[in-house]
Amino acid sequence: MKYIITLILGFFIGAGLFAVGLIYNPFMSDRNLSPLSVTDAEVITLNFSSVPNETIAYTNNGNALQQSRLEAALRLWKAPIRSASPPHPAKVLQLWEAPIRSTEAMVTVMRDARNQTAGIGIKFSSDSEKSRLLHGETIADSVWYIYLPEQGSFFIEQTENYWPFIRAVAFPAWRSSANNWRGNWLGDMTSGPGALGTAAVSGGSGRVQDLEMNGVESLSVRAYSAERGLVGAEGRLIIELPEARDESAGDSTTP
Amino acid sequence: MLKTFLLGIVLGLLATAGALYGYSVDQVREASILTVNPNGGSVESFHINVPMDRIMIGAPGQSGAVPAGLDWPTDEILADVRAEMFKIRNTRDTVIGVAIRTAAKNNEEDIIDWVLHLPARGSVFVQMDATPREGGFRSGEIRAGSREFAPLDGFMTERWVANTSVEEDAPIGRIELTGTYTARSKQTDGEEANQ
Repeated sequence: MKYIITLILGFFIGAGLFAVGLIYNPFMSDRNLSPLSVTDAEVITLNFSSVPNETIAYTNNGNALQQSRLEAALRLWKAPIRSASPPHPAKVLQLWEAPIRSTEAMVTVMRDARNQTAGIGIKFSSDSEKSRLLHGETIADSVWYIYLPEQGSFFIEQTENYWPFIRAVAFPAWRSSANNWRGNWLGDMTSGPGALGTAAVSGGSGRVQDLEMNGVESLSVRAYSAERGLVGAEGRLIIELPEARDESAGDSTTP
Repeated sequence: MLKTFLLGIVLGLLATAGALYGYSVDQVREASILTVNPNGGSVESFHINVPMDRIMIGAPGQSGAVPAGLDWPTDEILADVRAEMFKIRNTRDTVIGVAIRTAAKNNEEDIIDWVLHLPARGSVFVQMDATPREGGFRSGEIRAGSREFAPLDGFMTERWVANTSVEEDAPIGRIELTGTYTARSKQTDGEEANQ
């Protein structure tokens, strides 16, 4: 009997060691520098709130409203992590049907570099079948539709890797006795499909009509709750304009 | 005893590695319902039952917000922007994705854009002609797409069909979206690469 207990004890210790090694693996380094942060081209910078109850509307499958702590912990490993948040406003239709159950939708005001309203952004984000936890990849397939009256419309396709966020913010929040995290974390969420880890941006109308561009979405987090999701966070989208068409600067900025 | 303990640790490491290796995200897939066009390409139809599939209507100064409690921004720059979000269904009446329709007026330019997001397949961005055609439908070009839709060109039509059923819980109508997909030609790819 004591051999069985020893074996089981060793098993759980081994499992724990592997999990700790995965989370704190120094070889899974976070990408700290966005390729667009060193570009010489003209860029459009858009800021938005990533906290669901500060958006115009946010909806998901609504599971956050009734999930247990165990379910919340398991949910932590899946992307996108905002699904811990309840929908906003409270009576918005939830995405409970099976084909859209792992999808979330957000409508938010996009602000320019001077913090003035620049337009509207809508983001759809779904858990990706490309997620590989062993490789440190918790992937979400997401698209943005952005309409900026002074610039035109944009369609942005990207894959996002939530692993650095989980490692630095969500896991410490889940581990803490109060189930929350406070601090300052800034990271690029975009991991593709561009070769340099950039999003593919297509211009639909206005001055960006028919242009193909690159973009990067980043997230700055100040507070996170394992139960309620993001509490204090700002998102930022940087879109790099092609150099050939940089007439009428508008709200764009050059770094 | 020590050997048993070490064996347990090794088993725990292997079991966890195996479990994580086998972990996968599986999107629920509905079989695509496509028909082949006689002149090339394939055709797929979607529809939206109104009002039950409407997730949001965002427009300045509207009465009766959808959903209740929606606080649409009142900034002047968004005065001519209207955005609606829906669930979209296939021809079997099964919800398979979500979509956004944005209508805006900017100077003399009218814009009507659709983005359809099908989680298991990808997304497609369509820009409609602002003026309806004869027969009351709009047509628009597929401007971009992701994943399954990335290598596709084509066009999509939107049409409002009022309900004629007398059933009590019937929708007041439906928005029909019909996409016609064609493969993007290699010549076009080459031209884009040169640009």
